[in-house]
Amino acid sequence: MLPAIPLTLTLASRNLFHDRIRFVATMIGIVFSIVLVTVQLGLYLSCSRMITAMIDRARADLWIVPLNAKSFEDTAVLEGEERFRAFAIPGVADVISLVSGFTTWRKPDGGTTVVIVVGIDPDHTALRPWNFVEGSLDDLATPDGVIVDRSYFNRLGITGVGQRAEITGLRVRVVAVTNLVRSFTTSPFIFTTLERARHFVRAGSNNSTYFLIQVSPAANIDEVRARLASYLTDAEVITPEEFRNRSLETWLYGTGAGAGLIGGAILGIIVGTVIVAQILYSSTKDHLSEFATLRAIGSSASYIHRVILWQAFLSAVIGFSIAAMIGLIITRVTATTAVPVIMTPLLTLGLFILAVVMCALSAVSAIVKVTRIDPAAVFNR
Amino acid sequence: MEAIEIVKLLGEGAGQVMALKGVSMTLAGGQLTLLMGPSGSGKTTLLLVLGCILSPNSGAVRIGGHTTTGVQPEELAKVRRQHIGFIFQSYHLFPTLRAEENVRLPLDVRGERTLAALAKAQRALTAVGLPHKFRSFPRDLSGGEQQRVAIARAIVGNPSVILADEPTAALDRENGLAIMGVLADIAKDPAHAVFVVAHDPQIERFADRILRIEDGRLVGDEQGSKRLN
Repeated sequence: MLPAIPLTLTLASRNLFHDRIRFVATMIGIVFSIVLVTVQLGLYLSCSRMITAMIDRARADLWIVPLNAKSFEDTAVLEGEERFRAFAIPGVADVISLVSGFTTWRKPDGGTTVVIVVGIDPDHTALRPWNFVEGSLDDLATPDGVIVDRSYFNRLGITGVGQRAEITGLRVRVVAVTNLVRSFTTSPFIFTTLERARHFVRAGSNNSTYFLIQVSPAANIDEVRARLASYLTDAEVITPEEFRNRSLETWLYGTGAGAGLIGGAILGIIVGTVIVAQILYSSTKDHLSEFATLRAIGSSASYIHRVILWQAFLSAVIGFSIAAMIGLIITRVTATTAVPVIMTPLLTLGLFILAVVMCALSAVSAIVKVTRIDPAAVFNR
Repeated sequence: MEAIEIVKLLGEGAGQVMALKGVSMTLAGGQLTLLMGPSGSGKTTLLLVLGCILSPNSGAVRIGGHTTTGVQPEELAKVRRQHIGFIFQSYHLFPTLRAEENVRLPLDVRGERTLAALAKAQRALTAVGLPHKFRSFPRDLSGGEQQRVAIARAIVGNPSVILADEPTAALDRENGLAIMGVLADIAKDPAHAVFVVAHDPQIERFADRILRIEDGRLVGDEQGSKRLN
């Protein structure tokens, strides 16, 4: 026999849409809350990705970093002997140097700004700039060539490929441009060759900031790491995951930025829950005689709870749908800004679950109210 | 249904009153029993005890093999949905549900959610003379029609006992008599015992049996004029 739509669902939807002003207020509460959480978590995600972008992009099984390095931008210098020691360890397939450091960029029309120079080996795939919109990595073969990001043009005082500037008093020429390869520190990344980068940060010819270790497929990464660590005194060997966590710890939690974003998201959840709880409670109060009638004709308490939970669920689905559309617009609008709001499928799913949980929690006070209902109330009324 | 020596106290402390003082009675299928009495005599309290909404302080109610004394509220609700149909003075229809949906509620509460439940609801509405109001909302129905929908809701689950609390009180004379006619027709079926609380003597002619209550005690049990006729 075919099933009919449960009347709990019918009743919940009619109760929800019956009072349009209350319905609109409910939607405003949920949409406001979910959009706020979307923006906060989207920014959190965006910042996280920005902070770990270099680590995520690097093809390394292990990183040799200066002792107690806190993040990619925490740029102490390694002497260089670490590279040779690493090569001597069985199981190490390759050791790739990486130079990174803060220095000064002199704009073509005068004025300076602090930048982070990233020196890479253009012949190696271990770490390369990405999102090229003009030129390519091969253009680094041009003498004095550097690669900059389009989003920093104003900051660097340039307008595109071919323009000249100075880094640490040395002439450079923009040979290629990327899009949205940005640093969380707000100082622009400037990609160039290892040799040029060493000049810019005044490092020795063997000095590096990091060594990226690629381990042979047959070798055990933990064993290689342990052996390597035993040879090093002023450096440590960490996994990309550990380096990523250190960076996030430093920039997101050490600075309070992450706490601010998470705090904003929690505030959004609390405000949304309180608004929806108030509205569900008042809606339940308005329908108390109906719930008492249900109880009188023999419904279980859980049947009545289902009506309220359906109402909460429908509110969550509709509210989330509107909020997701607004969130999508926000991600589009902010896509080319310094800190884009990011929405991923996982975040979207998480927000949907959050909306449902938030509305379910909001239903608690209403459920408590109807649980105490006296079916005798419907007689003589 | 059988009530044995029912005592029911209402209120607490100095304000406590004994609303029922040892009421015993039996409701038989195929009969419309009318309970008459002045205001405050215990009519509605007796209806609530028989309807398993209030538990008696002493005595017992037996229905469908269950004794309701000392039973928890959820178990009482189960007895209600399996054995009892209610008709209220103010109809208590759900304004946001159509007539068919209102009637289907007791079935939905029992977990009957197949299309057969829809057919049962339609048959119940036809039985009370409203086959054409299947999709109407209560706001589109007259008072008499709303009470007929409420009666359809009470009978749709085929309960052994139908309890009506002053079902004609909110209606004009003509509609009130029509509603009593419908209830009397239902009471012709031996599967249903119909118990009506009322104070209007004009409806006595629909009763098979008339119980009279005063000050919490049954003081009369007589054949109704319908039976005499």
